[in-house]
Amino acid sequence: MVQKNKSVKELNPEYKLESRGLNLFYGQKQALKDVSIQMSANTVTAFIGPSGCGKSTFLRCFNRMNDLIEGVKIDGEVLIDNVDIYKNEIDVYEYRKKVGMVFQKPNPFPKSIFENVAFGLRINGEKSKSYIEDTVEYALKQAALWNEVKDSLHKSAIAISGGQQQRLCIARAIAVKPSILLMDEPASALDPLSTTKIEELIHTLKDNYTIVIVTHNMQQAARISDKTAYFYMGELIEYDLTEKIFTNPARIETENYITGRFG
Amino acid sequence: MTRKPLFSIKMKDRIFRIYAIACTAFALIMLAVLLIDITIKGATRLNWSFFTNLPSRHPEESGIYTALAGMVALLLFTLIIALPIGIMAGIYLQEYGKKNRLTRFVEINISNLAGVPSVIYGILGLQVFVRMAGLGNSILAGSLTLSLLIMPIIIVSTREAIKAVPDSLRQAALGLGATKWQTIRRIVLPASFGGIMTGIILSTSRAIGETAPLIVVGALAYVPFIPEGPLDQYTSLPIQIFNWTSRPQQGFIINAAAGIIVLLLFTFILNGIAIYLRNKWYKKTNL
Repeated sequence: MVQKNKSVKELNPEYKLESRGLNLFYGQKQALKDVSIQMSANTVTAFIGPSGCGKSTFLRCFNRMNDLIEGVKIDGEVLIDNVDIYKNEIDVYEYRKKVGMVFQKPNPFPKSIFENVAFGLRINGEKSKSYIEDTVEYALKQAALWNEVKDSLHKSAIAISGGQQQRLCIARAIAVKPSILLMDEPASALDPLSTTKIEELIHTLKDNYTIVIVTHNMQQAARISDKTAYFYMGELIEYDLTEKIFTNPARIETENYITGRFG
Repeated sequence: MTRKPLFSIKMKDRIFRIYAIACTAFALIMLAVLLIDITIKGATRLNWSFFTNLPSRHPEESGIYTALAGMVALLLFTLIIALPIGIMAGIYLQEYGKKNRLTRFVEINISNLAGVPSVIYGILGLQVFVRMAGLGNSILAGSLTLSLLIMPIIIVSTREAIKAVPDSLRQAALGLGATKWQTIRRIVLPASFGGIMTGIILSTSRAIGETAPLIVVGALAYVPFIPEGPLDQYTSLPIQIFNWTSRPQQGFIINAAAGIIVLLLFTFILNGIAIYLRNKWYKKTNL
């Protein structure tokens, strides 16, 4: 099992990820209401809350994936390393390379395992064969998948198990050398054994990445995160150290949710 | 309510099954009769010289050399014109076009165009390409007309193939910093290649069989030379067959039968390739 990191690292005064007064609308419907949050580098933050509370939408603001949905309007600020990523001069494609994303359902490309991990490098125009090979190996090792697939790198990624596919997707994100990993319920489609592996992985990845994870599994949030944010109806209700949220929440709504009286 | 005995439900089931089998058998038998009849009539004429001879007024010396050459040239130009336009239009409509009333209207009408009788395209081609553009009864005019005919099919099948690619793959690529075009080029198109190819081949086999529009735009029945350029006059296999069947001599009927065998083989082979590609690609991409 994953050992929970009791002593949270001294928080950086400079925040890695930040949002200030963020409002998001789907057409007329407001999905996020005045959300402000700060996340430090090399921490794991869990977003919890009932379905439709806006936590996934909020997560997707950090790599501007909501841009793809028609009719989405955003105001407020989202900052990464103190830069507002919704400013016009930001190159969204360059910027997304700094932020890796792992989705709920494993979504490997219908290509070989190797080509899946190499994809991010190839779209960057990377030509050096040895650099690509080294990076693929590095990323697969980081994702704790190397030993399982090193002899079948050229097999189709569709053929491996769901748990392996999800770790492959993590490797694929890592290969672009991001500093942030966004995970949208990364283990919800996996069996318990694969879930444990992903959780262990998140624990080790924390040394190199700032991780934000959306989860419906409260034990999971308690096990792996340093801080937890509870969302309800598009609002950030409470955001604090995970230990505090789960033992002594400040707000009654949070307590009702985590004790299962609601949601 | 009285319960009907189980027997009658079973009987209904059996009657329906027999009815379905009979319908299938009827279709298959008709097709078989046609094929057998054609083969018996035409097989005697199917030898090498049938493929290499020019048309002639003596049926035994007549061949499909120029008709085959014309058909191949016609198809070649048709595909060169229709493929890039059709595929790009399909990509635009599915990936770039905003989903609003106008695009839905365009979509529906493209599907409608795929069902327009081919002779209408022939008349359009006659006015626009043959007369207004002054192309005369050239291969180019014929190819442009056939391009119009198969473009809706290519657009629709390209869109269907692209639509079948799960959105999660696009999001994964975009999340890695790929641009829209990189995502389409490296993920969406490879994953939908089988479907697009199937559409292309099926539209090709449709174009092969088309006779009416070519008659309208002036494919000639008697062409004693093979075309050398896009502005040459031409004939095509269906035209040649059509011409032969309208002759009174029995010998030409045999020629027509032999020509039909060749045409059918062409179509079957193309459809076979389409099915093969589809199966191969669908297995590979697991879509």
